[in-house]
Amino acid sequence: MSITYLEAIREAQARALADDPRVFIYGQDVGAFGGAFKATKNLAREFPGRVIDAPLSEDAIVGLAIGATLEGLRPIIEMQFADFSTVGLNQIVNQAATLFWRTQVPCPIVVRLPSGGTSGGGPFHSQNLEAVYAQWPGLVILTPATVEDAYAMLLEAIAIDDPVIFCEHKLLYYHLKAERLPTESLPVGKARIARQGRDLTIVAYSAMVHEALAAAEELAAEGSQIEVVDLRSVRPLDTDTVMASVARTGRLLCVGESWPWGGVNAEVVARVASEGFGLLDAPPQRLNAKDTPVPFHPHLWAAHRPTAGSIATAARKLLRQ
Amino acid sequence: MVPNVAGGEADPGVSMPRDTYLKAFRGMLLARTLDDKLASLYRTGKIYGGVFLGRGQEALSVALGLSLRPGDVFAPLIRDLAGRLAFGEPVIDVVRTFLGSSLGPMRGRDGNVHRGRPREGLLPMISHLGAMISVVNGVLFARRMKRLGGFVGATSIGDGGTSTGAFHEALNQAAIEKLPLVLVVANNQYAYSTPTSRQFACQELADRAVGYGVAGHTLDGTDLAACLRVLGDAVHRAREGQGPQLVVARLLRLCGHGEHDDAGYVDGRLRDSTVGRDCLRVAERVLVNQEWGSLADLETWRAQAVRQVEEIVASVQREPTPDPFKEDWRALASAHLVGTYDEDKSGDGPGLRST
Repeated sequence: MSITYLEAIREAQARALADDPRVFIYGQDVGAFGGAFKATKNLAREFPGRVIDAPLSEDAIVGLAIGATLEGLRPIIEMQFADFSTVGLNQIVNQAATLFWRTQVPCPIVVRLPSGGTSGGGPFHSQNLEAVYAQWPGLVILTPATVEDAYAMLLEAIAIDDPVIFCEHKLLYYHLKAERLPTESLPVGKARIARQGRDLTIVAYSAMVHEALAAAEELAAEGSQIEVVDLRSVRPLDTDTVMASVARTGRLLCVGESWPWGGVNAEVVARVASEGFGLLDAPPQRLNAKDTPVPFHPHLWAAHRPTAGSIATAARKLLRQ
Repeated sequence: MVPNVAGGEADPGVSMPRDTYLKAFRGMLLARTLDDKLASLYRTGKIYGGVFLGRGQEALSVALGLSLRPGDVFAPLIRDLAGRLAFGEPVIDVVRTFLGSSLGPMRGRDGNVHRGRPREGLLPMISHLGAMISVVNGVLFARRMKRLGGFVGATSIGDGGTSTGAFHEALNQAAIEKLPLVLVVANNQYAYSTPTSRQFACQELADRAVGYGVAGHTLDGTDLAACLRVLGDAVHRAREGQGPQLVVARLLRLCGHGEHDDAGYVDGRLRDSTVGRDCLRVAERVLVNQEWGSLADLETWRAQAVRQVEEIVASVQREPTPDPFKEDWRALASAHLVGTYDEDKSGDGPGLRST
């Protein structure tokens, strides 16, 4: 038996619905249709009245979820694409993210964001918004890179008493497979060493973990041992694990699929530069998508985001420094 | 779905018990007295940030607050002091929030009109207009999922707020779900300085009710009796399961947007028209005309309100203010997810935290 990243997300939701009567799912086409990507397939039938179709109103979708938490419920919102969550941004960052701080009443919503580029997706169905959301205090931002994390971290997200932005990568939905669902997992807030090495640390998250691992494989053939850190969550950001890795390797390359200005890579580089400057044998580097909207055509798209090839090139350059 | 129109100047006859009217009037009087005191504290520099008053909107607001019951949910907007107090918000919560007392519900973290007690059904507004409506929808939606019944949710907005996408999304959402929502629009003729002619082009805002598939009501917001009747009816219909109720009241904001604003842009003709009547003065005349109270009674009630407000203000002024060194600088409820990366990095001030 094998299970995909997407099926893991569906299974996590099914389990949460089965285990916790407070959980419900609200979003566009999530009901009988099962969601644009089928992440809620059959859930409306299995859990009548708890998987509910919403109008095309991202602001009101999030607002309703926030109100439901005041009654003790634990809503899961499916944004059809991460890109559309900007229409609900106000409710997420100004209402959900401030509620606990203002009133001491927690706001346990999970907003699922089908994120990231796919070939042909184009400017409005390809975005990675984790850095945007990470800017606001009061939110937890998860970026699972594996089938196991997609399952375990979504279950943990539902249990967290704060608003969680769950960035699931569409490119991983169908291709990434695991033998079985995990029975245990690292907790949210802990990064994972995805590959051990002693020459250079690549910090990545979400789909970029797999590009980084492929680059590491390529470089291994050339005699370089690359350590790959999978952040798993970008907020909280596990600075300790990153710092410990840089202490071993002396070189840091941060890789992200979102845009270069500010963002997760900038935050990691800033933390390592200010806290671990003495650990570095070379200036820390970062690799992001190009600084334009995400292009539609596969030829352009493949060059827009970091790939194993461009990561390996950046790593080789850094190894020579 | 034809809008019910109620109220108007030529409606001095009041067909309701004296006690009902008087209770509402005294709620208006307390709100006006407290608003006047807050304005005075603002002018003497005792209040940080802005002061936003409900002057001229007390009749509408109190009628909404009195139509609700314990167990209902209410998300007031900035000019709803009368409705908040009528719904049960203690005067001391108001004063503590405006003066920044650390004992108040917001503890210095948020001020003035951004106060509430969500566990008790009083939702604290954010500044983004229209955003509270879908949150009220969510409370109602969740209660229905929990198979509870007999409750309503109410929220207020102004003419300006009806132009937001959030207003549209949420009213449409409430209509689809047939939620027991009462959405009260105070058309007070201006959104800050913007007149209604720059805000909407329809004849009556309540005409929009048909388009949303909800019931619509319009009324004269300067007429307390009309407000009590229409709001009571709208709340009753929502509670009975007739779905969302859109109530639009015509009135004039008898103050600036905030106390920093002299409202010099308000058209004098509006002030002199029936829409510019002061609902409190109108209600006083009704009380006297109905022989429900004498001028001496009015004076006594006013003095009682002043005494209540002055005592609470004096007491709150002696309360502690928030201490940045004791403040829990944490935006997450999940303590285990709060990082220590930036904690106490400055070495000379309150700890900063980042995750």
